[in-house]
Amino acid sequence: MNHFSPPQLSWRAISVWRRNFMVWKKLAIPSVLGNLADPMIYMFGLGYGLGSLLPAALPQFGGGSYIAFLAAGTVCASTMNAASFEALYSAFSRMHVQKSWEAIMNAPVALDDVVLAELLWAAAKATLSGVAILVVVAALGLTSSPLALWAIPVIFLTGLAFAAPGLIITAVAPSYDFFMYYFTLFITPMTLLSGVFFPLEQLPAGFQAAAQVLPLTHAVALIRPLLFGQVPAMAWLHVLVLATITVVAFWIALGLTRRRLLS
Amino acid sequence: MAPLIVDGLHKRYGDREVVAGISFALVKGQCFGLLGPNGAGKTTTLRCCLGLTAPDAGGITLVGEPVPGRAREARARIGVVPQFDNLDPDFSAAENLLVFGRYFGLSDAVIRARIPRLLEFAGLSSKADTNIKTLSGGMKRRLTLARALVNDPDLLVLDEPTTGLDPQARHLIWERLQGLLAEGKTILLTTHFMEEAERLCQQLAIMDEGRIIARGTPNELIAEHIPVSPSPLRPANLEDVFLKLTGHELRD
Repeated sequence: MNHFSPPQLSWRAISVWRRNFMVWKKLAIPSVLGNLADPMIYMFGLGYGLGSLLPAALPQFGGGSYIAFLAAGTVCASTMNAASFEALYSAFSRMHVQKSWEAIMNAPVALDDVVLAELLWAAAKATLSGVAILVVVAALGLTSSPLALWAIPVIFLTGLAFAAPGLIITAVAPSYDFFMYYFTLFITPMTLLSGVFFPLEQLPAGFQAAAQVLPLTHAVALIRPLLFGQVPAMAWLHVLVLATITVVAFWIALGLTRRRLLS
Repeated sequence: MAPLIVDGLHKRYGDREVVAGISFALVKGQCFGLLGPNGAGKTTTLRCCLGLTAPDAGGITLVGEPVPGRAREARARIGVVPQFDNLDPDFSAAENLLVFGRYFGLSDAVIRARIPRLLEFAGLSSKADTNIKTLSGGMKRRLTLARALVNDPDLLVLDEPTTGLDPQARHLIWERLQGLLAEGKTILLTTHFMEEAERLCQQLAIMDEGRIIARGTPNELIAEHIPVSPSPLRPANLEDVFLKLTGHELRD
């Protein structure tokens, strides 16, 4: 059997998504607050602490305050982290530790549906994280344009673009310890190279070019202008990159998961 | 039509042929037992029958559907009790049944109407809202059996359903399975408890090293292979047949 044959998806994926949602509902409020704390600490700490050392209204920060610049980056980074944690630790727990996926596959639900449900669930949870920060940012008056509402679908797309690569790592992970490599070698460097904390243009040319292949760069390129009340330049290109990463990474993740569980 | 027909099934992992050309068919309303030591290929056979792994050769027809081609459709009419409990630890007993029923595309109203009877069947009526982390091994096993019935299946597939249970819990499971057979359900069971096979199964196949090495009713197997009891103190039993055919060496 070719494990990398095209995905065969069905609506049964919804029942698996609902299962994850039902678990989340039991701990919804602590979960949202927990996801909010870490990025808020960074945003306020760096935004006000570091921001106060910087001259106001630098053109590199879009002419506004540093914390307004950082707010858009924080929305993106938080979405990335939430999607990655869910697709790594939580999905691995359901797949490998609890054997929930095996139980589900005894029903008329295919592994393809299960992996799709995990992708959509991780993106949904990441959307909650990203939107929670967006709400705080708006409440602080750091964004006021109605264009900021367009950030919500972009946050969901960003969630998908990080959930799918996360599921690749989950498919090949022998244990939880393995995820440390993904975070230290991929997620953390990306956070520093994608324009979250400072503009990409401050990096040497080689790094700027390399940053163009990182999904976070494209999320930031869409969300920051939207929060500043501008239409992002070349929005279609950034959307296309994030969508392509989602589709290709999902396909690979599914193939590797089939190889792991259906041999 | 037979609920399950397996014809010339082969499955290899690398150089090792785990299932080496087996054929059998189930009779509707009967319990078919697949016996064998650890590593005989029983679980792999079940995985192939459920469409969870593709065979290298051979045909499988499950409740009239070709497997793996239409395994998803076939599984809609099957209930499975896996070897290891995989109940959802985040849910109560009733929630486990509700969530599992949804995987079959059943509406919440239909499932909720079935839950009280399923819990009663499992002897867990008082535990509906108890988190399953606090249930005993026997209770979890009974809930897993009830979960396998949520779609009112035609065929139940049980992979070592009483392994790890104490005698009381085991007898209770046997009693429930006999009740299901009396209702007309078909059962496919793997086990290495000979007593379990003798009590429940009308038809048996003994597997070793991927092959079926003997088959028949429990009494036929005993009469054929152990004409004289090895002990003057008791009649010959299925365990004698099993040890004679599969040897006394450890298989793990």
